[in-house]
Amino acid sequence: MESVKTQDVSVNDLCWKIDYRPDLCTRCGSCVAACTFAAIEPSRVRRHIQSHKTLNSAQEYAVPLVIKQKTSISHACVGCGMCEKSCPTGAIRPVRNMDQRFALLAREHGPIKRGGRSNLTMPRTLDAIVVGRISQMTDPALDSERHTFDMRSPLGRVMPAGDLPLRVEGTSLVLAGQTPRVTWIYPVIFSDMSIGALSTRAWEAIALATAYLNEKCGIPVRMCSGEGGMPGKLLESAQLKYMILQIASGHFGWNRIIRAMPRMKADPAGVLIKIGQGAKPGDGGLLPAAKVAPHIQAIRGVPRTTLHSPPNHQGLYSIEESVQKMHLSLNAAFGFRVPVAIKCAASATSVSVYNNLLRDPYRICGGFFIDGIQGGTGAANEVSLEHTGHPIVSKLRDCYQAAVAQGLQGQIPLWAGGGVGLSGNAAADAFKMICLGANGIIIGKILIQLLGCVGNEHGRCNACNTGKCPTGICTQDPRLVKRMDVDRGAQSIVDYMLAFDAELRKLMAPVGNSSMPVGRSDALVTTDRAVADKLGIQYAC
Amino acid sequence: MCRIGAIKSSMPVSPSVALNLMLPQQEGHDNSGFAMIMQDLEGVFSHYKDKPLLSLACTPQGVQLVNDFMEKKGFVQVAQWVPDVDRQPGLKVEAMPRYVFRNYDYPEIYRYRMQQDRDDLLLDTRLALRALLAKNNDGFVYSFWPDTLTLKEIGDPADIATYFRLWNDDERLTAKNIVVQCRQNTNYDIVRYAAHPFFIQGYTVCANGENTFFTRNKELQSALHRGYVGFESDSQTLLYTLHYVLHELEWPVKYFKHVITPLPFTEAEQRADGKVLALIRESLAHLEINGPNAIIALLPDGNMMTCCDSKKLRPVVVGRHKHMVAIASEVCGLNAILPDRDVAEDIYPHEREMVIIGNDLAVQRWNQ
Repeated sequence: MESVKTQDVSVNDLCWKIDYRPDLCTRCGSCVAACTFAAIEPSRVRRHIQSHKTLNSAQEYAVPLVIKQKTSISHACVGCGMCEKSCPTGAIRPVRNMDQRFALLAREHGPIKRGGRSNLTMPRTLDAIVVGRISQMTDPALDSERHTFDMRSPLGRVMPAGDLPLRVEGTSLVLAGQTPRVTWIYPVIFSDMSIGALSTRAWEAIALATAYLNEKCGIPVRMCSGEGGMPGKLLESAQLKYMILQIASGHFGWNRIIRAMPRMKADPAGVLIKIGQGAKPGDGGLLPAAKVAPHIQAIRGVPRTTLHSPPNHQGLYSIEESVQKMHLSLNAAFGFRVPVAIKCAASATSVSVYNNLLRDPYRICGGFFIDGIQGGTGAANEVSLEHTGHPIVSKLRDCYQAAVAQGLQGQIPLWAGGGVGLSGNAAADAFKMICLGANGIIIGKILIQLLGCVGNEHGRCNACNTGKCPTGICTQDPRLVKRMDVDRGAQSIVDYMLAFDAELRKLMAPVGNSSMPVGRSDALVTTDRAVADKLGIQYAC
Repeated sequence: MCRIGAIKSSMPVSPSVALNLMLPQQEGHDNSGFAMIMQDLEGVFSHYKDKPLLSLACTPQGVQLVNDFMEKKGFVQVAQWVPDVDRQPGLKVEAMPRYVFRNYDYPEIYRYRMQQDRDDLLLDTRLALRALLAKNNDGFVYSFWPDTLTLKEIGDPADIATYFRLWNDDERLTAKNIVVQCRQNTNYDIVRYAAHPFFIQGYTVCANGENTFFTRNKELQSALHRGYVGFESDSQTLLYTLHYVLHELEWPVKYFKHVITPLPFTEAEQRADGKVLALIRESLAHLEINGPNAIIALLPDGNMMTCCDSKKLRPVVVGRHKHMVAIASEVCGLNAILPDRDVAEDIYPHEREMVIIGNDLAVQRWNQ
């Protein structure tokens, strides 16, 4: 009986168990080759074979080749399903294991790290809200396919009308001074996922989709680079105008950006100062050494090592100081021609930060990006992913209402994200967020899901931190990267955004709006009394 | 749908003309009230054109409250017109006990003050009276401004006219400008304050339709000016936007149209004044209207203006002859009071158009 060793790890301790059908398996080896986590291996087992040929045949034994799951935490199956995808006969698939003890066993070498979103799925506030003001008798519905829709949102510091440098000449107003740069872009920004977190191909696919949407579809989306810079050729191309450059606490990539400035043909669409991230507030960016490939070292100007951005910007002492130093210097860097915005993790203090920025006397904060707890990340401690952060919906609303209370709404555009599109329906989420006060939304995770990422909020894959991404999206391994087709990936994003655009119109049209209904909370109702009270929208039952 | 109308005439006209403009447009149960603002008054008010005229409807207690307040503030009453109402049975009218139309002289200390100070005093006085009367539901104050009279009541418009003897044409109540509506806000509570036209500091607005950006408009306006109060009707925001653009920002009138119905981005970008239009749209995005509305406005200088929403989802038509220009939601109203006009001259303003009628009845058409 002592042959059972209690402390040994068994397959049943892991989150995923391999369901293998040897009778269907042709032993082609595709699954083993496809598994980037080396979670399965070929193995020989001694089997008793029942012969059906004769009734009295002697017992026969064989030692067939089978596929066996490794019973190792470091090679645990993550449920990505690449084995199933590659198997020509449907002989193998991962199955979720309800009895797993992974969380108890996996901390042997320290905290659990992973990527993706929080797995402790909380009910989505946005799903408790519906567009409830579709009357037709009072507000005529528009035709989403025939009317003209102004699908644009501001990025940049908006001046109060009374302070605009306008002079009356005859019956016209003429401009008599400078104003902060404001650009009107599509109300969606492809959020900041760096080259490094993403493979070059994945990043390229998103950049390609961005350019295609702008130049072929008339949808002026912008893409944020993420921390870590971008290829020199892009910095020096006209397409830079679609890109928002991010500066985060590690300042990775900025050496190259600054050196490229004299050769830039176009201004970037904006600069985003990343203070924090909704998925792991308080943590700086984390790029494990496994992903710091030579080209990443080149772009960022670093050796091969784990790149851990500090939790805080070095120059950040207070909000006022951040405005005075960081906003001002980044505005100055591009001659005040480029909006400079700031991104913070949603927090109990977001309203204070927003209030402070709204009172900035220099008027140089061109956007407040708030990122909620349901956002994704390329790598984080699981304890941060699961247990830190703040839901985005009420925080967005709080910020908007704080501005309304002072009559300052719209002056610093609010962009919100962190779980937008989590259910796959980004347009509905966006519409609701906009009605609650967002000028636009930021999306990230859904983009890589469109590229083929199979990670989800139920513990599937989420191995973005390992460098072994089975879809070639979050890895720098050249063999894995080739699994992703750049053009097909870009096409998926373009197709989704075209549908998104049509769906957003489809929500705007019945409430009778052809321009963004920012703050139109009267268009929403909820069946949840607490949500109604918190957000100040109509309760319905 | 509300029907709205306005008359601008070189000769003073009585309210019956406005009623005749409106009643043919009435349909179904669309008859819940009558409201009008008269400007450039003749008749009993002709000698007091520079004296602020208080228009209110209230209870006897309300009258006392107003008397005390005005006396305390130093206003001196110089004239009063009390309508001789017809209390015949059967009239569908929810009459208030008292109607007050009084001209006051400014308090002594305002005699030599700047016009702006006087204007602010009149606004603040109206707001204070409104709050005073609202406390115990003692009445409604509609306007307090020189040469401007407001009458609003709930009921059948024709019966209201009978009650106030507006059909009599006795020359006691006439004006060169009348803005009028024959319907209360039947979608929401029927409250006198919700009835168009609305008035603030010489600006009058009447609008029909549904302002789908009412919440956005209201939330911004509430912080823009102390006089932007009430919001009993979603059309009130159009008055406040007009006042804000013309009175507070002191922009030319055409920019009202740019604010409420900005040009599509792609078009604005191509224009020589694209930068100015972009700035206006950015800064006043929350004053945009984005639903069906037709608007009639009367400005302090006597100019009358009409325009509509960016998709022309609500109708409006302007008709004229030598001595009168009239604006109405429907042409049948014009046919009733201007039967001999040249209908080929009628103007149906399109979605980009603003029509302005000057005091000499010259009609200007301006395209956005």
